[in-house]
Amino acid sequence: MDEINSLMHGFSVALTLPNVGFMLVGLLLGVLIGVLPGLGGANGVAILLPLTFSMNPTSAIIMLSCIYWGALFGGAITSILFNIPGEPWSVATTFDGFPLAQQGRAAEALTAAFTSSFVGALFAVLAITFLAPLLAKFALEFGPPEFFAVQMLTFCSFIGMSKEPPMKTLAAMMFGFALAAVGMDTVTGQLRMTFGFTEMLKGFDFLIAVIGLFGIGEILTTMEEGLAFKGKSAKINFRVVLNTWKELLQYWRTFIRSVLIGCWMGITPGGATPASFMSYGMARRAAKDKESFGRGNIEGVVAPETAAHAAGTSALLPMLTLGIPGSPTAAVLLGGLLIWGLQPGPLLFVEQKDFVWGLIASMYLGNIVGLIVVLTTVPWWAAILRIPFPVIAPVIIFICAIGAYTVHSSIFDVVMMLVFGVFGYLFKKLRYPLAPLVLALVLGDMAESSFRQSMLLSQGGLGIFVSNWLVGSLMALSIFLLLLPMWGALKAMFRRREARAYLS
Amino acid sequence: MSTESEAPGPGAALRRRGPEAGVALLLLVIGLIVIIDSLRVGIEWADDGPRAGYFPFFIGCLLSLSSGWTLLRALLSWREETAIFSEYSQLRDVAAMAIPLTIFVAAVPWLGLYVPGALLIGYFMRRHGTGGWLATLAVAICTPIVFFLIFERWFLVPLAKGPLEAWLGF
Amino acid sequence: MKLTKIAVAIGAAAALFAAPAAQAWEPTKPVEFVVPAGTGGGADQMARFLQGVIAKHKLMAQPLVVVNKSGGAGAEGFLEVKGSANNPHKIIITLSNLYTTPLATGVPFNWRDLTPVSMLALDEFVLWVNADSPYKTAKDYLAAIKAAPDNKFKMAGTGSKQEDHIITVMLQKAAGKKITYIPFKGGGDVAVQLVGKHVDSTVNNPIEAEAHWRGGKLRPLCVMDPKPLPYTAKVTDKLSWADIPTCKSAGIDAEYVMLRGIFMPPGAAPDQVAYYVDLFKKVRELPEWKEFMAKGAFNQSFMTGKEYTDWVAKNEALHVGLMKDAGFIAK
Repeated sequence: MDEINSLMHGFSVALTLPNVGFMLVGLLLGVLIGVLPGLGGANGVAILLPLTFSMNPTSAIIMLSCIYWGALFGGAITSILFNIPGEPWSVATTFDGFPLAQQGRAAEALTAAFTSSFVGALFAVLAITFLAPLLAKFALEFGPPEFFAVQMLTFCSFIGMSKEPPMKTLAAMMFGFALAAVGMDTVTGQLRMTFGFTEMLKGFDFLIAVIGLFGIGEILTTMEEGLAFKGKSAKINFRVVLNTWKELLQYWRTFIRSVLIGCWMGITPGGATPASFMSYGMARRAAKDKESFGRGNIEGVVAPETAAHAAGTSALLPMLTLGIPGSPTAAVLLGGLLIWGLQPGPLLFVEQKDFVWGLIASMYLGNIVGLIVVLTTVPWWAAILRIPFPVIAPVIIFICAIGAYTVHSSIFDVVMMLVFGVFGYLFKKLRYPLAPLVLALVLGDMAESSFRQSMLLSQGGLGIFVSNWLVGSLMALSIFLLLLPMWGALKAMFRRREARAYLS
Repeated sequence: MSTESEAPGPGAALRRRGPEAGVALLLLVIGLIVIIDSLRVGIEWADDGPRAGYFPFFIGCLLSLSSGWTLLRALLSWREETAIFSEYSQLRDVAAMAIPLTIFVAAVPWLGLYVPGALLIGYFMRRHGTGGWLATLAVAICTPIVFFLIFERWFLVPLAKGPLEAWLGF
Repeated sequence: MKLTKIAVAIGAAAALFAAPAAQAWEPTKPVEFVVPAGTGGGADQMARFLQGVIAKHKLMAQPLVVVNKSGGAGAEGFLEVKGSANNPHKIIITLSNLYTTPLATGVPFNWRDLTPVSMLALDEFVLWVNADSPYKTAKDYLAAIKAAPDNKFKMAGTGSKQEDHIITVMLQKAAGKKITYIPFKGGGDVAVQLVGKHVDSTVNNPIEAEAHWRGGKLRPLCVMDPKPLPYTAKVTDKLSWADIPTCKSAGIDAEYVMLRGIFMPPGAAPDQVAYYVDLFKKVRELPEWKEFMAKGAFNQSFMTGKEYTDWVAKNEALHVGLMKDAGFIAK
């Protein structure tokens, strides 16, 4: 058990007093970053990076990675309380987290979100500890056709979810795809749908659309229903936490599935955001009472949060072993490694044992400490709902505007936020579903690039999508998921016909 | 969340058909724009895979078709449709937020983010809140300052600034 | 915090009243360092490295803030700097998209719109294949491409109609056969695609592929510089950067280096330019910088003033020719 020894050594590195201190500082900053939309883990890490040059690399990476864990934890807070995703990967958390908060169950939702994050991260770290070389090899199997198959799978796991009119679901989804296509086409380098406006060059960022559609849209809808957020601030004490934990135990299947999805998407690297969507879609499909999803089902918080955190954590593995960042934050961390004179890559595990195992040990500790930190602050977060609406509403708008601006430092994006906000309000009133729109916006660009890269590889032959067992089984699984709801609908139709025949 | 009801409510209300047709028409136009631009960059499937406009073309078609269908339905049932979108009193409440919000966004290019933010918070608290002038001023002025410190000083993320900040030397 | 703010305000006010020419110019507020590329790429790494060492050695009184503006293959960043005329608190680091983006997309921008500050270094390009492939030398590889039908060999690179794509066209010319070019978003992804054997070769910058070379996953065939690289420290057990032959010596007529340089917005005053030139001169003296250069096997050319402007003009003319030949210029 070589790994155990190395890990114990890592713990002895990480558990020194200054390192624990750096851990706490990192976590608190990370939570703050996660809460504020527009400040991502990448900002936090980038800004503290210069401070760390005089520290030893191990302490530095412990502090920086703790910012990352903190941001992962913190992203869920505003999603649940105000329907504003602090980070892209917490969009799926809003689907059920926000309805829960409206029912006065914010504390439960927050506890579930934090606990799920912790579980996701813990299992991902376990996987990194014991399976790193194997997993790194698996990541190499992924070329363009495999990426396309994964994106297709994410998409198909979401199909058939909408309760809204089918034509409007289709329109919303296509609207999302159309927005995703704006800007430069990666494959040919052509500009699409920019019509000579320089503001359009960068395309429509997912985060701006989400801040507008969800955040601003929600505030406009709330105005209509009277000047108050519906979420009554529920009483919070440790009992709520314990009760929620007890309830969470029955979702062990969801946990396992979400951890698997998350780890897989983090390593390949598909990213935390698609992972959270896929996990949510799968959880809903597997659930008995599908109807309760989207109306405040704890499982709908558990699934995306577990997967996002598992993906976020395992995204560090390809960074360490291959030198490819699994997320923008990992990209900045990667820059840090270079400055400290550490070259990420296959040899890092051999050449820098102290560093690697110190980091892995800090992943365990950082997540445990992080869970304690965020759970103790749950009452504090939930108390925000007690602030009168006339005070909190303009402050939220201000924060949203800052968030939209910081994505590209562009004032045009603030205007777009308002436009998306109006769309969010109208879409909600007219029963256009937002989830397919957002999903299409996240996946559209990626899926199109992977598809066309695959076509270049195969010189236009579609056979590449069944050319090996990996891509073939992924495609088969997505087609299965795509057909499943249709099969259900067909069956229901037959049954109705039979019943009618019987009656006549 | 949708406040849909079969018959008009007690107060005067905006019927649903207007916004329904409007949004569908907007999406239809967007779909057509997408189609036109796709034709420009090329929609065919070449030897080595689809051109840049191949997928957007289909997306544009589907978007136009689906919203065209919604538009058609709204127009065909224009007379019978009685579902309401919102009561006028509710819409007034929405406008009470939407109008200052629009002014806020319109002011950002000229004044930066901080000053319009303070004005928005101040206006809203005075107009809808119950707090006194002192509390209003405190929140309206402190919030932008706190955010200034967090973003510009701590995280070194520059935000949009206007003449006031320039005058102060930032 | 508040106090410093007031102090800065007073300082700025004082600076306004002081005679401008009497003192050398210095930044009075944080300087934005625009990166016209995404996080994690070569330009971004260099920018963040500069931010780090400048802060560590306190070379600037005001912080340097890295801002990524990668939209439209960097056009977003260039247009932003072009539009900030007379703002001395903004600098931009460039890569070849300084020329390729306006040529390929028709975005209204030219480097002459900006104020050149200095060249930092030139980035090299190396032809890589997977270590398990049978090609030991660039000659073998070229012969294999020549012997195979068109589009048999696949090259991965960063972006479309940018530097990697241009080099691929040069190789194509040398071989007389078509090579399939597959664009990816970042240099790191490209190297991993080659490690995973999804493509046959790449032209990664040394820093993007160094770890994989050391790990025994990739093999360098030749370098696109006219001279072999000067770094003789061993990277793998047997080889150093200096041991990689030039492509020219292998019969591939492909020479290409990429500018890593600094520009300012239009209308910068000479003393403002001088401040930044001096700053980067100081950076070049740091041991960290030397280590960074060696790690990435950079060509350590440094130019300022007229020499720099002339070099950029010549480099631009070269790109216009290459892109015209390749048919990459927007109509």
